[in-house]
Amino acid sequence: MYDFAYHKPSSVADAVKLLASDPDAKAVSGGHTLLPALKHRLNKPTSLVDLSGIAEMRGVRREGNAIIIGALTRHHEVANSEAVKSAIPALAYMAQHIGDQQVRNRGTLGGSVSNNDPAADYPSAVLGLGATVHTSKRKIAADDFFLGMFTTALEHDEILVAVEFPIPEKAGYAKMRNPASRYVMAGAFVSKGPMGVRVAINGAAACVFRQPEMEAALSSNWSADAVAGVKQAADDLNSDIHGSAEYRAHLVTVMAKRAVAAAG
Amino acid sequence: MPQVSLTVNGKQHTVEVEGRTLLVELLREKLRLTGTHVGCDTSQCGACVVHVDGESVKSCTTLAVMCDGAAVTTIEGLAKADGTLHPMQEAFREYHALQCGFCTPGMVMSAVDLVAKNPQGLSEKEIREGLEGNLCRCTGYHNIVKAIAAAQEVMHGRRETVAAAAE
Repeated sequence: MYDFAYHKPSSVADAVKLLASDPDAKAVSGGHTLLPALKHRLNKPTSLVDLSGIAEMRGVRREGNAIIIGALTRHHEVANSEAVKSAIPALAYMAQHIGDQQVRNRGTLGGSVSNNDPAADYPSAVLGLGATVHTSKRKIAADDFFLGMFTTALEHDEILVAVEFPIPEKAGYAKMRNPASRYVMAGAFVSKGPMGVRVAINGAAACVFRQPEMEAALSSNWSADAVAGVKQAADDLNSDIHGSAEYRAHLVTVMAKRAVAAAG
Repeated sequence: MPQVSLTVNGKQHTVEVEGRTLLVELLREKLRLTGTHVGCDTSQCGACVVHVDGESVKSCTTLAVMCDGAAVTTIEGLAKADGTLHPMQEAFREYHALQCGFCTPGMVMSAVDLVAKNPQGLSEKEIREGLEGNLCRCTGYHNIVKAIAAAQEVMHGRRETVAAAAE
């Protein structure tokens, strides 16, 4: 790992200033995606801006018909939050199944969502629930947030502060994990509620995406059988040593069925 | 160079580090606490697990500077000052839950956190799931799971000794 300067601001405004003053600065919280990338020298920031001291970015609260989760909230906290478990149990389930216990003790919602790893879990929940991303300068709908592999609508000096999840009537998540790395081969987060019927697929392509044919099928008949007949095209899916695009396409339908069954 | 002040196994330290210094490097190379191991260095194997403010974390994927003000416990800090082993250590010995021993410090630290967080008691399946972040290449896990099942009875005061829990 190359060395870097280290800053630990205590407010969002100070963090934004630090990022704005250095085009090669990077924000960090749990570090469970960034540090492995730095070890591989895939990234060479001149400075790291540690967000973990910013109290206003932490915690879970219910506001009306939404659950708002601060970006610094760790996966373990989301998985065990009574507010999340009662309002959106599928979200707590998803958080409980990220990585392993030690990763969940450090990894944060903001890190996972802003990194937008194709095999990450959180982006599917954000897109699948039609959440709104709150940043240091604006609010961004999930549909406009995830732009491509490791790419989001966030600007360099813009910090993801919180995510607002509308409470659905039903939601479910299912994924197939690579047996060695435990990363997602294909996953589906489905929901029905104020944002309509939504199906978000992660792990299968370069970026999380919505599956419109499945959403149409579920809109007229919310059941696992309704998605069973929908075939995912293999065209743009990932193909690597872990699985071909055709294999992942097949998995997408299976995971969607399981997610709907889990949602009830 | 940044300075980090932290408590390790109850003892206060102030150490100069680089920004990139990992917590495990601080522990092993600066404080000479070599019980914590580095296996994969990619946050998968769990040989480097220590407790930071009471929670198990992978010290190979934690920057030392991020632990300023934290209380860290390593495998060296589990036994009592008089040498009496922690019930989890005692159970690992009793049930022969190690062979080469490389993964053992991380296994023990993860297991202590797992049991502490689940006072209601864990089933065999839950123990196996709870160990997802720790790899062992010798034992096949079987005796590790048995040791943790026995240790939880002692840690939560339901049995006197790990041997009694085996009955």
